Amino acid sequence: MIEIKDDWCKGCGICIERCPVCALEESDRLNKKGIRPPQLKEKNECNFCRLCELICPDLAITVIPDKEVKKDVKKILLSPIGGK
Amino acid sequence: MSEVRTADKLNKKYLREEMWPTIFCNGCGHGAVLDYAFWAIEELDLDMDKTVFVSGIGCSSRLPGYINADGLHTTHGRAIAFATGIKAANPDLNIIIFTGDGDCSGIGGNHLIHAARRNIDVTVIMINNFTYGMTGGQLAPTAPLGSIATTAPYGNIEHPFDICELAKALGANYVARWSVTHPYQPIKSIKEGIQKKGFSIIEFLSPCPTAYGRRNKLGDIKKHWKWYDDNTILIEDYNKIMKYGTDEEKEKIKNKIQCGVFQDIEKSGFFEQYEKLVERLQEKRINGGKK
Amino acid sequence: MKYKRDPELIREVLGKKVQFILGDMACVYGGLLAGCSFFGGYPITPASEVTEGMARRLPRVKGTYVQMEDEIGSIAAVIGASWGGAKAMTATSGPGFSLMMENYGFAAMTETPCVIVNIQRTGPSTGQPTLGAQGDMMQAKWGTHGDFEAIALAPSTVQECMEFTVEAFNLAEKYRNPVCVMADGEIGHLRERIVIPDEKDLKIIDRVPATIDKKKFIPFTSSQTRNSKVPDFPTFGTGYHTYVTGLTHNEKGFPATDKQPDHEKLVKRITTKITDDLDKLTNVEKLYLDDAKTVFVTYGATARPAESAMEMARAKGKKIGMLRLKTVWPFPFKEIQKLASKIDKIIVPEMNLGQIVHPVREYVEGQCKVVSAPKIGGEMHLPHELYEYLEGK
Repeated sequence: MIEIKDDWCKGCGICIERCPVCALEESDRLNKKGIRPPQLKEKNECNFCRLCELICPDLAITVIPDKEVKKDVKKILLSPIGGK
Repeated sequence: MSEVRTADKLNKKYLREEMWPTIFCNGCGHGAVLDYAFWAIEELDLDMDKTVFVSGIGCSSRLPGYINADGLHTTHGRAIAFATGIKAANPDLNIIIFTGDGDCSGIGGNHLIHAARRNIDVTVIMINNFTYGMTGGQLAPTAPLGSIATTAPYGNIEHPFDICELAKALGANYVARWSVTHPYQPIKSIKEGIQKKGFSIIEFLSPCPTAYGRRNKLGDIKKHWKWYDDNTILIEDYNKIMKYGTDEEKEKIKNKIQCGVFQDIEKSGFFEQYEKLVERLQEKRINGGKK
Repeated sequence: MKYKRDPELIREVLGKKVQFILGDMACVYGGLLAGCSFFGGYPITPASEVTEGMARRLPRVKGTYVQMEDEIGSIAAVIGASWGGAKAMTATSGPGFSLMMENYGFAAMTETPCVIVNIQRTGPSTGQPTLGAQGDMMQAKWGTHGDFEAIALAPSTVQECMEFTVEAFNLAEKYRNPVCVMADGEIGHLRERIVIPDEKDLKIIDRVPATIDKKKFIPFTSSQTRNSKVPDFPTFGTGYHTYVTGLTHNEKGFPATDKQPDHEKLVKRITTKITDDLDKLTNVEKLYLDDAKTVFVTYGATARPAESAMEMARAKGKKIGMLRLKTVWPFPFKEIQKLASKIDKIIVPEMNLGQIVHPVREYVEGQCKVVSAPKIGGEMHLPHELYEYLEGK
């Protein structure tokens, strides 16, 4: 589950480009500046790697791990520099 | 402590939200550097009341304005000299300097040299986008040979400046260079730089689609960010290929920009030595020595 | 190693109460007495002795001395140290003063207290390094770009070098402005007898630190705790999270460069905080002005031969007086206006081609004659040369 601060997004598309599982796409909604912020695709491939959150130049993305997702999440990333 | 820290929580803690969104262009790497700095500060649990951010003039130097801490936005190229003064007045403060390639190596070259030589205990984060971005894209000392700029319309005929080599030669305690496009190593590096006693300089290669990319056939943001993936190489890989690789492999990586930690040593800093000097003088005075 | 001003330690380091020292060293003594805890310097003739003196004495009073890589770095470090909480000063001469101009303006714009000692020498450019002049007087006021108010003091004796440096720190702390002590090579390299004042005879003013609730504090507006246009000082490291910038800024310190009223409000406040107090800042010495018909208006080194010329004339019965400007900027124009209405002629001897004669002429407004008596080349006026001006040269 990701939260986007719509009015902070500048539409650079780096999060969409760099997601390792291609889970993001441009949405249909428009923010105040006429940009289309990203959203998760229908088929939610997100594995909470949080690369989009770290790399967004406008700090507009927050990744919230879904509790009820039945994916086999072996490592919860607490520290963005990699697990201990 | 096992609470998941998110960008949102970090923003509330460290960002001056009334100044957001930034003045940076679409696709600029500066915002990412700020992001990495926040994560590093959070990991270190730095006291924001005792941390001061200093900067010069330029796009990179606008970063302290977005951070909720004491900040000093000084004149072009002189950030490091101002930081020396702040550290002298209060050696307990953590000082982090945000500067750009033109600001630090062009007009501020002299101050960089002497602060590194003196080993002043500050952390310099130099964001290198190969151009003077804020003023529209003039030639910078770090621009690659042959690149186009508004003041080099026929191609750059000057050789670029390798700031990490300079800092290494001056004996700075920590010298590193990273590309902005991958988050994990920069965050770790910023942490190491801040914790290190003595002069630390971390160079960040950052894309500037508006001023540099556009003129050098890298105008598309995604293409520009990919350029950094294709044209940088880790020092360890570089050395391995140069030692064991085939001629073809060596040829491929010869001109790539090396990234990694160039130097990580422990040398005593200026203010440490100065404190010892003052103590020595006080002892002499108390023991009735010659004035 | 946080500095704390210790009057006993300072006097122990300075030595005997009565001494015979250089003008440059007197500036060092003045700085130490005022509580200077940071000096960033660079060698330049004739101000190298100030840097050397500070290098010897400042560590002994537990202050910090750094020889920076150039004058620009010196003034930058001084401003940084001031924001770190130290009383900071630097010393230079003409060429270094020219280099410092950008950051001098930065100190004025960000309201940073600091002291610059300028032991002037002949110019322009390298000039005569070992000989004195008064060629930077206008530069202290107009040298940096933009509008700001300068405060500059001009000592005439070695004792005044010491006292005016203390006064410079007081004014810098009170008005949060950079203050210049405009000595010259003659006084700087002159040895004279000085008397170090006792602690009870010394007045030291410190900046008013910010103490109110951090959420309510506004850094760049008139003080919220006293009736003054000078804001309280939020030292770095005390938790106020102040953003200091040389760009035109709003009251919270953030850049606000788009609208005309923002800039006007800021610049008007930082200039009127000084011009409103012109009467308090006016500091002149008046000699024989009650019955004088011709008056020397002097400052700094030229006051000495002018006084001799005046005594020579008085001995012959001529009605000559002298007005010595101790504070040259802000210019004490009310004194000049008052004087001009009562006398016939003003002579302004200067070791330059005529600088302070211009504001004198401006404020005299034609009420009396104004004659410039310039002498350049590094030699002071001789009393008989100034006497010739009195005879109507």
